[in-house]
Amino acid sequence: MVDHRKAGGGITRRIALKTFGAAAGVAAAPGFVRYAQTQSSAPIKIGFQCHRTGIGAAYGRWYERVTNATVKLINDAGGINGRPIEIVTEDDGTDPKRGSEVIEKFANQHKVDLIYGTLFSHVVVGSAPIVGELKIPYYVVSEGYHVASGKLNRYCIQPGITDVKAQVRSVAPWIAQNLGKKVTLIFPDYAFGHDHRDFFEPAIRSQGGEVVAKIAIPPTETSFTRYIPQIPRETDVIYHVMVGPSVLTFVKELGEFFGSSGPQLFGFIDSLESVALDSPGLEFLEGSHFWEGMPRYAQPDQPDYVTFYREAVGLDENGASTDDSRDVSAAAHMFGCWETLYVIKAAMEASGYRGPEDRAKLIEATEAMTDMEAGREHPQGRKLFNGKIHQVFGEQYISQVKSGKLEVVHRTSIEDGLYEPEGDYTAMPF
Amino acid sequence: MAFGPYLLLASLEGLVTAAVLALMALGLSLVFGVMRVVNVAHGEFYMLGAVIAWWSASLISGHPALGFLLALVVSPLIVAAIALLSDRLVLRRLNYEPQATIVATIGLLYIIQQLALTFYGPDARPVQAPFDMRLALPWFGYSAYKLAIIAASIFLIIATWIGLTRTKAGLVMRATQSDPDTAQAFGIPVDRVYAVVFALGAGMAALAAVLIVPIQQAHYLMGQDPLLLSFVVVIIGGLGSLRGTVVAALFIGLSDGIISMFFSPTLAKMLATLLVALVLVFRPQGLFGTAAR
Amino acid sequence: MTPGTKALWVHLCLVVLLFALNFLLPEYHRGILSRVMVLSVFAMGYNLAFGYAGMLSLGHAMFFAAGLYGAGLTAYHLGWSVWPAFGAGFAAGTILAVIAGILALRTKGVAFMIVTLMFAQTFYLATLYFTTYTRGEEGLVLPQSARALSLFGISFSLTDPTVRYMLALVLLALVLFALLLLVRSSFGRALVAIRENEERMRMLGYDVFANKLSALIVSAAVCASAGAAYALLFGYAGSGFASIQYSILPLLWVLLGGAATTLGPIFGTLFMFYAVDITSSYTDAYMVVVGLALILLILYFPKGIAGAIRERWLPWLP
Repeated sequence: MVDHRKAGGGITRRIALKTFGAAAGVAAAPGFVRYAQTQSSAPIKIGFQCHRTGIGAAYGRWYERVTNATVKLINDAGGINGRPIEIVTEDDGTDPKRGSEVIEKFANQHKVDLIYGTLFSHVVVGSAPIVGELKIPYYVVSEGYHVASGKLNRYCIQPGITDVKAQVRSVAPWIAQNLGKKVTLIFPDYAFGHDHRDFFEPAIRSQGGEVVAKIAIPPTETSFTRYIPQIPRETDVIYHVMVGPSVLTFVKELGEFFGSSGPQLFGFIDSLESVALDSPGLEFLEGSHFWEGMPRYAQPDQPDYVTFYREAVGLDENGASTDDSRDVSAAAHMFGCWETLYVIKAAMEASGYRGPEDRAKLIEATEAMTDMEAGREHPQGRKLFNGKIHQVFGEQYISQVKSGKLEVVHRTSIEDGLYEPEGDYTAMPF
Repeated sequence: MAFGPYLLLASLEGLVTAAVLALMALGLSLVFGVMRVVNVAHGEFYMLGAVIAWWSASLISGHPALGFLLALVVSPLIVAAIALLSDRLVLRRLNYEPQATIVATIGLLYIIQQLALTFYGPDARPVQAPFDMRLALPWFGYSAYKLAIIAASIFLIIATWIGLTRTKAGLVMRATQSDPDTAQAFGIPVDRVYAVVFALGAGMAALAAVLIVPIQQAHYLMGQDPLLLSFVVVIIGGLGSLRGTVVAALFIGLSDGIISMFFSPTLAKMLATLLVALVLVFRPQGLFGTAAR
Repeated sequence: MTPGTKALWVHLCLVVLLFALNFLLPEYHRGILSRVMVLSVFAMGYNLAFGYAGMLSLGHAMFFAAGLYGAGLTAYHLGWSVWPAFGAGFAAGTILAVIAGILALRTKGVAFMIVTLMFAQTFYLATLYFTTYTRGEEGLVLPQSARALSLFGISFSLTDPTVRYMLALVLLALVLFALLLLVRSSFGRALVAIRENEERMRMLGYDVFANKLSALIVSAAVCASAGAAYALLFGYAGSGFASIQYSILPLLWVLLGGAATTLGPIFGTLFMFYAVDITSSYTDAYMVVVGLALILLILYFPKGIAGAIRERWLPWLP
């Protein structure tokens, strides 16, 4: 990986700050010279929109590590079409406004071939308009339903991680069969939480179950005890998706309230990504179940390619960094970076990508993809890509907390998550 | 759950919220009351207090109470020292000019937040409560530590009140608050009083954070909301009125808790926020403030 | 030349310079400048209330967001075209300012700060509460088809960088000259006098409340225009713009650029953008550098950029 920071132009830009007038001179300065992509061995530049600061920083750190590990592997194996990948990272502060500015920076200043790697939905949605205007491919690793909804544009694509609608539909049958049919939903009162609410209810109903209560928690909340009485007595299962740092409080307060009795718990690991499960206060989760995009803890029966992936990324068997056992990974999401980069590689090779003039061909080549076999390039499992809605489908993991570790108890099939497409990007012009 | 126990729970939760608010607001009411500067970085002192609490608790193995006690001593001291330094280096040179102070403390906020992110990291980390006890009431269970927070809050409020009204230092502070120029004329080193008040306020924010962090978590972005809430409490209570601060905290805490029984959570938050705003609209000097001059 | 004409020339030159920059700047900086211009308008609106009339509001995100959502929601759900959508955003902000102003202006000083803060917080929570329509913090992408502007029978697409730059410049120029006129009118002078001594103005027979309310409404209308323009020009509306952060940012921009100066808000917004953009290219810990820059700037230029220029070199600068 070449760090873009070393790429000249610094002093001239500082002058630009001082006065408007100098700006004209800047145009001619070395840092602003257009990158001439004539040599065939010139690196393929990928702009990595990274949550280094802001609320997404815990994820961003791991997205960055996985990205670096994957790029190193690809480059060591000869790169893409004989050209190495160069990652250019910009921090978006996990903010949609800054996110869209960063997109402009990638496209117009760094002159990258494509942009990749965004996680938080609001940054993806905030960046989507400018991506469509600049006509630059935007490969996100976000699990939001935004891409699949058909409401973005032809340049936005999510080929490395499944979306929340598919995830919710996949786990609903298992919940109804194993935990209970009367479900209370606890979710944050914003779009991601509402997606869970809206997709889960029909899914559980078709299994003969029902949602008995929906408790939407305002994102500014730091204490939850007072909402717990709103959970109806008849509830079999509490389905919880809490995002943000207050999740530990939430779990602890559930424990204080219910003690050893109480309904079953089913949660989405999103809230506990990069949080150690043996943190004080999380004892109450023992025996409860979680959705995982990919198992955090090494499983006894895991295939070789998973072991390979974990070693390359630097994960110990508890899913923490091999350098620091307290540095827990975002295992359920970050595999998406790995797989997305391999999808980009495959699509570039299939389309014979040479440079920005082939961007449309790159998108078409990605759209043409369907089956992706499990293996080193897809360690999370087999995938099925739907080119119409630019969204990949895959298997989900359901794990149980046993002695403070997550153990996979069920693996859903791709078919469990499939749904009718709501849009068709291939019908949109470039 | 039946209405009675539910109301009990909502009131208990409201009381805890009130205690937390009062704790957070104590330091700010000093700084804001005496110096009349809007310290935007006050929430970051609070955050630092929590982060240092995590750090000092992780130094000591053994019973969690030991680490907690260490944090209770170390954290306010370190934070007060940092505040003292920033007062001497920045605020004093600005002559505490209100507008310049806002920009400078926003700068301070950025610096502290970034340093916390760089050295502490983006994760939310828990600190264990000194004791872990669940009170099993007939209808629901409740955390005993939360009740301890209410007690600690009452204790600290009384201590502050005694400090302000019964000691010479308190007298000097009150004199500076009511009229800095006259205080200066009577030989009170206003400049030094400001420095001490600023450090003391930051130390109290850190102390509040140490007490609160076992029921929340230390996170580098945790400073923002408490900052706003404590501002609200101080203003609603009436500037410079400790009694007002306590009543305002109770009012906001309980209304937030009880309104949430009847409406969906976000709507309840909206209504509680509006209610607080309207109190101020119809009583601009705050609940216990004297009418503006 | 009288100070007044000199000032007019300076402002004209700035607008001409900005026009020329569209052809001189590299693509990236041109794109960024269109954003900075729209946000400067937000700061200019805030400056009228805070800098000139002395109303320290912590709730102006609500007016910006009202413009953003007024335009964004009507364009997205009702398919309104650019002009009516912009009008809806403008109206939403203005009406909100009338209601919020009548209530909040019963207070002043710190109480005014908190009341505006709480109103804005309520508005922010409302954008989340109505997630069904707003998509909450995730926000809405306005379809490109909704961003076509017809002007004198010609159709322009707001997705075109040049069109966007010119429209942002037109908005900036209109607001800049309107505010220049306003602050030099008797109304503007009355506002400054109220800021300096409200009691005296009251005794002189001025209706302080009406003056302040009018200032707040104009300020909010300008901020709402900026919000509406942001939604339509950049195609996105999300709750983040209603959060407290966007109430503090215009305050910061104005203080950096120079409160109660017509050009200050532009300088402040520009400075802050490039401070983040440039330092983040050199270090991950760029907020430390930005924070230090803010502190140094305020230590040595306590009146902000334009304020310092006025104090040291150009006393006639408005």
